[in-house]
Amino acid sequence: MGNFRVGLCAGIPVPIPPGQKRCFMRHIISIRDFDRAEIDDLLDKAQKIQSRFDSSSLKGKILALLFFEPSTRTRMSFEAAMARLGGVSISMGSVEASSISKGETLADTIRVVSGYVDTIVLRHPKEGAARLASEFASVPVINAGDGAGQHPSQTLLDLYTIRQSMKIDGIHAGLLGDLRYGRTAHSLAHALSLYGATIHTISPKGLELPSSLVDELTRGGCEVINHENISGIIRELDVLYVTRIQRERFPDASSYFKVASSYRVTPDLLKDVRDTFIVLHPLPRLDEIDFGVDSLPCARYFEQSNNGIPVRMAMLEKVMK
Amino acid sequence: MTGDATERGLLISPIKHGTVIDHITAGEALNVLKIIGITGTTTESISVATNVKSGKMAKKDIVKIENRELFKDEVNRISLIAPNASINIIRDYKVFAKKGVETPEFLVGIVRCPNPGCISNANEPIQSRFEVQEKGLHCLYCDWVITRDITSYII
Ligand SMILES: Nc1ncnc2c1ncn2[C@@H]1O[C@H](COP(=O)(O)OP(=O)(O)OP(=O)(O)O)[C@@H](O)[C@H]1O
Ligand SMILES: [Mg+2]
Ligand SMILES: [Zn+2]
Repeated sequence: MGNFRVGLCAGIPVPIPPGQKRCFMRHIISIRDFDRAEIDDLLDKAQKIQSRFDSSSLKGKILALLFFEPSTRTRMSFEAAMARLGGVSISMGSVEASSISKGETLADTIRVVSGYVDTIVLRHPKEGAARLASEFASVPVINAGDGAGQHPSQTLLDLYTIRQSMKIDGIHAGLLGDLRYGRTAHSLAHALSLYGATIHTISPKGLELPSSLVDELTRGGCEVINHENISGIIRELDVLYVTRIQRERFPDASSYFKVASSYRVTPDLLKDVRDTFIVLHPLPRLDEIDFGVDSLPCARYFEQSNNGIPVRMAMLEKVMK
Repeated sequence: MTGDATERGLLISPIKHGTVIDHITAGEALNVLKIIGITGTTTESISVATNVKSGKMAKKDIVKIENRELFKDEVNRISLIAPNASINIIRDYKVFAKKGVETPEFLVGIVRCPNPGCISNANEPIQSRFEVQEKGLHCLYCDWVITRDITSYII
């Protein structure tokens, strides 16, 4: 199929490691490698899977979970997705106990593990690690987060959850919280721009969406509107995407609590929202969203988290079938 | 030999074979040498003239490299710091070929990514890779964009 822009970094010929053939494989490295049709295709696939799937679809296939950084949810949901499709997952255990602590390069680890499995899911602290892995792997690589970089399965499940409630085209999406460091918000903003969405940003001073991203979105024809506070815009929104404001971004506890409390989503704030309005959060949440919101019909963050399964099942099938 | 060669004859002696990089943005001659990978350990004989008066530009730099004809991709890197440079291939004291510099599409192993968290700065068997875009150099590993001071990132 080779629809994804693949392994050979953005089409530039790269030296092929000895003993390896150049072939076009289906890696999933960055949401930026997808065009709209490819995203829709994957979301359609996830939707089909959610209603019905073949539990022996990936029977006999082995998935390697290479997690160089702890992550409970992403790892478990890939494992669960693989199990639902009848496949098996293996993992390398802790970094300390593995040959990585002996200083093996990621490139070598990938070449070796490629020989054991049918697909590699990689989480790594360095940005661009998954891209590198895709250059050395002889099996597909799925990026499960590379440092402050990309995490495409999260973006896909965010979009999937929006699409369950509405057509994504032309929506008004609010991004709330730490928009500077929050990579999930960056990737989502990029993806939403492919659907002609209007992006509304609400963030504390110093944690605004990076201007380079705003420029890029604007150049692509997406309208990005910054707001002083959430209450002024909440009634116009179709989606509110809440991200964590990290305590460590602030000099002291009191300045954190002051900012955090003014960005808190409460039932009161959501009184007059649109009928189809939904609230999303990549989780885990701290206290960005009041527990009182959980029982409102617009609260979709747990569903969003559950959607990680069909979306990851679709990804696994996409690369292995 | 024509105009400049005789005029500047005192400044730099003519070469028999090699390359003359002319019309370099004033002050960038040493960076030009750096970007084409000519360092202190090179064996070629090199002459550099900086801040020379020029008709086309107020001032320019010139680099002459004896016994070496530069390749196209070496030449094109120069456009990053001296977009108006012209490359003269000298054979038998004469200008055998003259060409401008074109901006390359990609830079492989030429500049270092400024992002300390980028995998291209880790101990891995890869070269840095950047796509040359209008806004700057885009790292194909971590998506970082170098918008200024490119020369300080030359490897
Ligand atoms: N044999 C040589 N040795 C050293 N430098 C030379 C030699 N021949 C030419 N040059 C230099 O190469 C450059 C190009 O020479 P050319 O004769 O084409 O000059 P020009 O007509 O001024 O060209 P341009 O229009 O590019 O300025 C000049 O800087 C000249 O001094
Ligand atoms: Mg001249
Ligand atoms: Zn980089």
